[in-house]
Amino acid sequence: MKWDFASVFANYDALLAGLAGTLRLFAICLVLGLSLGLPVGLGRYARNKWLYLPATAFVEFFRNTPVLVQILWFYFALPILLPFEIGPLAAAALGIALNSAAFSAEIYRGGIQSIDRGQWDGARALGMRWGQAMRRIILPQALKRMLPALTNRAIEIFKMSTLASAVAYVELLQQGKLIASLNYNPIEAYTIVAVIFFLLLWPLVQFTYFIERRLRRDE
Amino acid sequence: MSLLGVSGLTKTFGANQVLRGVDLDVAKGERIAILGASGSGKSTLLRCLNFMELPSSGTVTLDGAPIGREGRAGERLYREQELTEVRQRVGMVFQQFNLFPHMTAIGNVMEGLRTVRGQSKAEAQKRATAELARVGLVDKAETYPAHLSGGQKQRVAIARALAMDPELLLFDEPTSALDPELVGEVLAVIRALAQEGRTMLLVTHELGFAYHVATRVIFLADGTIHEQGTPDEILKTPRKERTRAFLASHKQFSL
Repeated sequence: MKWDFASVFANYDALLAGLAGTLRLFAICLVLGLSLGLPVGLGRYARNKWLYLPATAFVEFFRNTPVLVQILWFYFALPILLPFEIGPLAAAALGIALNSAAFSAEIYRGGIQSIDRGQWDGARALGMRWGQAMRRIILPQALKRMLPALTNRAIEIFKMSTLASAVAYVELLQQGKLIASLNYNPIEAYTIVAVIFFLLLWPLVQFTYFIERRLRRDE
Repeated sequence: MSLLGVSGLTKTFGANQVLRGVDLDVAKGERIAILGASGSGKSTLLRCLNFMELPSSGTVTLDGAPIGREGRAGERLYREQELTEVRQRVGMVFQQFNLFPHMTAIGNVMEGLRTVRGQSKAEAQKRATAELARVGLVDKAETYPAHLSGGQKQRVAIARALAMDPELLLFDEPTSALDPELVGEVLAVIRALAQEGRTMLLVTHELGFAYHVATRVIFLADGTIHEQGTPDEILKTPRKERTRAFLASHKQFSL
C-alpha cells in the first residue's frame, strides 16, 4: 500500500481545532482532577468518619466504573436530572476530572502517609496547627515523593481526553475520525493523531524529569 | 511557685498502661534528669508534658494554669488551640532530631518564627542566626540536614527549639541516636543552656552528664516515680533496690 499523509495534512485546520480542544480539556481536567484529589485524599487520611466515609465512597465509585461510561452518563443521563443542558466539554471534563480526582486522592493519601511520624512531631512541637504542619512540612515532602505518580496521572489525563470523542467533543481523535471518514484514509489519519500525542507528551514527561531532579537537590 | 505541675498523670495505650500516676513539680531553673529502663515510660511522660500525647487522666499545670478543662465524666478535654499555645512555651528536642529535610539549617530554625509567630523574614533570619551562633553552626546556615552530621543535626534542632523562647525545654534522649564521638558536642550545648539557668527535663542514658548537670534526678519504673532526689542521692547512694540494679546495669557509669 502507499501512505498518503498529504490527504491528512490538507485538513490541518481540523487538526488544529482538535489540538485546541484536546489542550483545553486536558488543562481543565488536570487542574480540577489533581486539586480535587487533595481534599479527597485528606478525607481518606482522616480519622473522622464523616470525612473518611464520603471520601472513600467517592474514590471507590469513580475508581471502579469506566471513565467512558461516566462521560456517557454525564452527557445523556445527568441532563435529565438537572434543569440545564450539559455539553460535550462539560460531560467529558466531569468524567475525566472526577476519575482523576479519585486516583490522585490515593496518590496524595499514600504520599502523606509515607512521611515519617517524626516530621509531625517536629512541626507540632513548634506549636504548629494541623493545617500549618500539613502545608509547610508534610505536603512539600510528600509532593516530591508523589511527583512521579502525579506525572503518570497527568499523562493518563492527557490520553483519556480522547474518550471525549464518544460525545463528539472536538479534540484530536474526534478530528482524526472526521478526516478518516472524509478521505477514507484511517491508517494515515490515526497515525498522525498518534504522532501528535507523542510529540506533545514526550517533552512534558522530560520536563517533569527535570523538575524531579531540581527537587532532589536537598538530598 | 512551680513552673510545671503534674498530678496523677496516667497514660494508657490500648491495654498497656504506660504511666500509672506521676506527680511532679518543676520549679523555675530546675534541671531534672529522668532515668529508667526502656519501657518505664520516660519518653511517654515527656511527650505528655507538651501534649504530643494526650494524658489518659491527671492534670498538667503550666505556670499555675491547668491545661484543658474538666469534662462531664471527670475526663479532661483539650482544645487544639490551647495545646499549640502550650507547645510554643514548652520546647522539645527529639532523639531522631526530626529536622525538616526540605529546609536548610537556618530554614529549620526560622520555620517556627515565620509560620507560628508570623515574624517577618528579616526578623526571623536575625533571630535564627543568633540561635545557630549559640550552637556553633552559623557556617552551616545554608546547609540541608542531609549534609549535616548527627551531632550538627541535633544542635540545629536545639537552636530550632530555642528560637521559640520556650519557658521549659524537654530533651528526649537527645544523644541516643548519635555516634559516640558526636555525643560530646551536643552535651556541651545542653550544658551551656543549663548554665544559663534554663528549666529543663532531660530523658537520658548519660548518667555522668546527668550527675554533673541535673539539679534533681528521677528514677522512673513501671510508670511511676520510683525514687527521686539530688544527683548524689540517686546516683551515688540510691536507697531502693531497683534503682541500684538499674545503675549497676549501666556499666559505663562513671562520675
